[in-house]
Amino acid sequence: MLTGGPAQEDVVTETSTGPAILVEGLTKSFGDVHALRGIDLSVPRGTVLGVLGPNGAGKTTAVRILTTLLQPDGGRALVEGRDVVRQAPAVRRLIGLSGQSAAIQEELTGRENLELIGRLYHLKRADTRTRAAELLAQFDLTDAAHRPAKTYSGGMQRRLDLAASLVGRPRVLFLDEPTTGLDPRSRLGMWDIIRSLVADGTTLLLTTQYLDEADELADEIVVIDHGLVIAAGTAEELKGRVGGDVLEFSVPDRARIKDAVAAIAEVGESEPHVDEETGVISVGVGGRGSDALIEAVRALDTVGVQTKGLALRRPSLDDVFLALTGHAAEEEQPGKPRRGGRRARKKDQAEQDNARPDSATVSS
Amino acid sequence: MTAADVTAGGITAEEPGLLTQARWAVSDTLVLTRRALLVWTRVPAYIVFTVIQPVMFVLLFRYVFGGAIQVPGASYVNYLMPGIIGQTAAFASFGTAIALAQELKKGVIDRLRSMPMARSAVLSGRLVADTGRMLVTILIIVAVGYLVGFRFQNGFGPAVGMVVLATVFGLSICVIAAFTGLAIGDEESVQAFGLIWLFPLTFVSSAFVPIQSMPGWMQVFANHQPVTYVVNTMRALALGKPFSDNLSSDLWHSIAWLAGIFIVFVPLAVRAYRRAS
Repeated sequence: MLTGGPAQEDVVTETSTGPAILVEGLTKSFGDVHALRGIDLSVPRGTVLGVLGPNGAGKTTAVRILTTLLQPDGGRALVEGRDVVRQAPAVRRLIGLSGQSAAIQEELTGRENLELIGRLYHLKRADTRTRAAELLAQFDLTDAAHRPAKTYSGGMQRRLDLAASLVGRPRVLFLDEPTTGLDPRSRLGMWDIIRSLVADGTTLLLTTQYLDEADELADEIVVIDHGLVIAAGTAEELKGRVGGDVLEFSVPDRARIKDAVAAIAEVGESEPHVDEETGVISVGVGGRGSDALIEAVRALDTVGVQTKGLALRRPSLDDVFLALTGHAAEEEQPGKPRRGGRRARKKDQAEQDNARPDSATVSS
Repeated sequence: MTAADVTAGGITAEEPGLLTQARWAVSDTLVLTRRALLVWTRVPAYIVFTVIQPVMFVLLFRYVFGGAIQVPGASYVNYLMPGIIGQTAAFASFGTAIALAQELKKGVIDRLRSMPMARSAVLSGRLVADTGRMLVTILIIVAVGYLVGFRFQNGFGPAVGMVVLATVFGLSICVIAAFTGLAIGDEESVQAFGLIWLFPLTFVSSAFVPIQSMPGWMQVFANHQPVTYVVNTMRALALGKPFSDNLSSDLWHSIAWLAGIFIVFVPLAVRAYRRAS
C-alpha cells in the first residue's frame, strides 16, 4: 500500500527496547495558568497507565501534547521512540485518540463514520469496508450500523468514537476520560471493551477522575494535581501510602461531629477527615486493626457521641488521594463550585454495583 | 509486536514519499468534501437555509420593494438579480463558519488532526464542499430569476463569467468565515455574529439600489467596498450596456479585492486551524 520514499526524519530510536510512552519534564502554560509544571511518565509496551486527577489537573493538556495537538513549552515526549514535536507525522501513524466527547459525525451512520476514518487512513476501499464491519461487530453496533449516529444512546456514541480511534490499528491508544458522562451501566460496558483492547497488546494511556476506574483498568497509576505528578505506582502501592486500614463512621447528630473528631484523633494515626456533605468521618489507623476499632468505640462512648456504621475497611484510592492532596479526588479546587462530591460518587458506585449483573458485554 | 508493524490494512510509521503525500492531500480533500455534502443533504434545515431563503429574497425584492425602486437603464428585476446572487454567495459563508465551529467543539477536528492525513484537507474539503453547494444555490436562484422576469442581456459567455465571479467572491467570504469560525470556536457566538457583518456590506452597496440614492457619507463607503465592485462587474457581465461602461475598472478592483482577501485570510485560516483547540 505504501510507495514510500526514504524514511527521512523517521530515525527509529529506542523503538525496540524503550517504553511505548516516555515523557520528561513536560511543561505547558496558557498565559498565567501553568497546566503542566514538569511531569515525567514512562509507560512500558502493552501496559495500561491510568492518569488520575481532578478537573483542571492537567490530564487533558498532557494527552493533547502526546497526540501532537498541542506544542509543549518545555521538556520532551516520545511515543514509540518518536518525538511528538519533531516527528509528529510519524507519531500520528502510531496512535489513536478518543476524547472526552464523541467526535463523530452525528448525521452520518455508524458505518459511514468508520468508513470515513478508514479512507482518511488511506486504507483500500475493500479494507475500509472490512475494517468497519469488524469494528461494528466488536463494539456491538452491527444492528445500528445503518442508523444516523445521532439516534444512538450516549454509550453507543462513545463506543462508536472508540471504534473510530481503532480503525488504523494504533499501537498506542489515548483515552481521555472515556467514561465521563456515561451512565453506570454503559460505564461497565466500556470497561469490558477497554480490557479486551489491552488483551490485544495495545499500550493504553487512560485519564480519569474516577479512582475506581483507574483501580479497575490500570497496571500503573500516576496521580496528577495542579500540573505535577504527586504519586506513582500500582493501585496496591498507592493504597499502601495511606498506611494500613481506615476506620470510618458517620455521626447522625451533626452538632456532635466536632466532639467525635476530637475523640477519634487520639486513636487515629492520621488527621481525621470529615466529609462535609455526608457527615462521614474517616481516619487511618495503620496496622492496629481491631485494637483501633475497640479503642475508637471506647473513646466515642466516653464523650457520649452516637455513631452509625462504624467499620474498619481497606483503604480505597479515595483515601490515597485525600492523603496525598488534602482534598478529595472529585472536589473542585477551593473557591470553585463543587460538582458532585463524594456522596454523588458513592451513589454512582452503588448504582453501578446494582447494574453489574446485567451489564452489557462485548464480543471480541 | 514487530511482526504486526505492517499488518494487512494497517498503517506503518514509515514516512511516505512526496508524490504519495500529494495524492493523499487530494484524496483526503475529496473524502471530506463528500462527507460535508452528505451531511448537508441529511439536514433539512441546511437545505432550507441554502435554497429557500435566497429564493424568498428574490421574491421579496422583486414584488414587495421592487415596485418602489426605480433604476436607470434596466428593469428592476434585471438590476436586482446580480445583486441577489452576490449576496447569496456571501451568505453561503455562514454554513462554513458554523460547521467548523461545531466540529471544533465536538472534537472532530482534534480527531482529524491526530490522524496521519493531509493537514490541509479539513479546510480544503470544507471549502470545496461549500463552493459546490454555493454553485447549486446560485443556479437555482438564476432559474427562479428567469421565472420572475430576469433575462441575461449580454450573451452566454459573460453570463457564465458572472456565475464564476460570484462563486469566487463567495469562496473568498467562506475563507474569512473559516477563519472567524475557527478563531471564535464557539457555535453560539458564530450563530450570533456569523451574518451580522455581512448585512451592512451587502446592503450598503450597489446590490439592491443605485448608490446615488444613499446619503453622501454612506456613498463614500458604498462606492469603495468590495461588494459594490464585484456586483457592478457581475451586472456589467449579465446586462452589458450601460452597466459595462466601467467594466475594466470594476473588474480590476474586484480582482484586487479578492486577491487581497485570499492573501490575508488563507494564512489566517490555516493558522487558526493549526492552533484550534
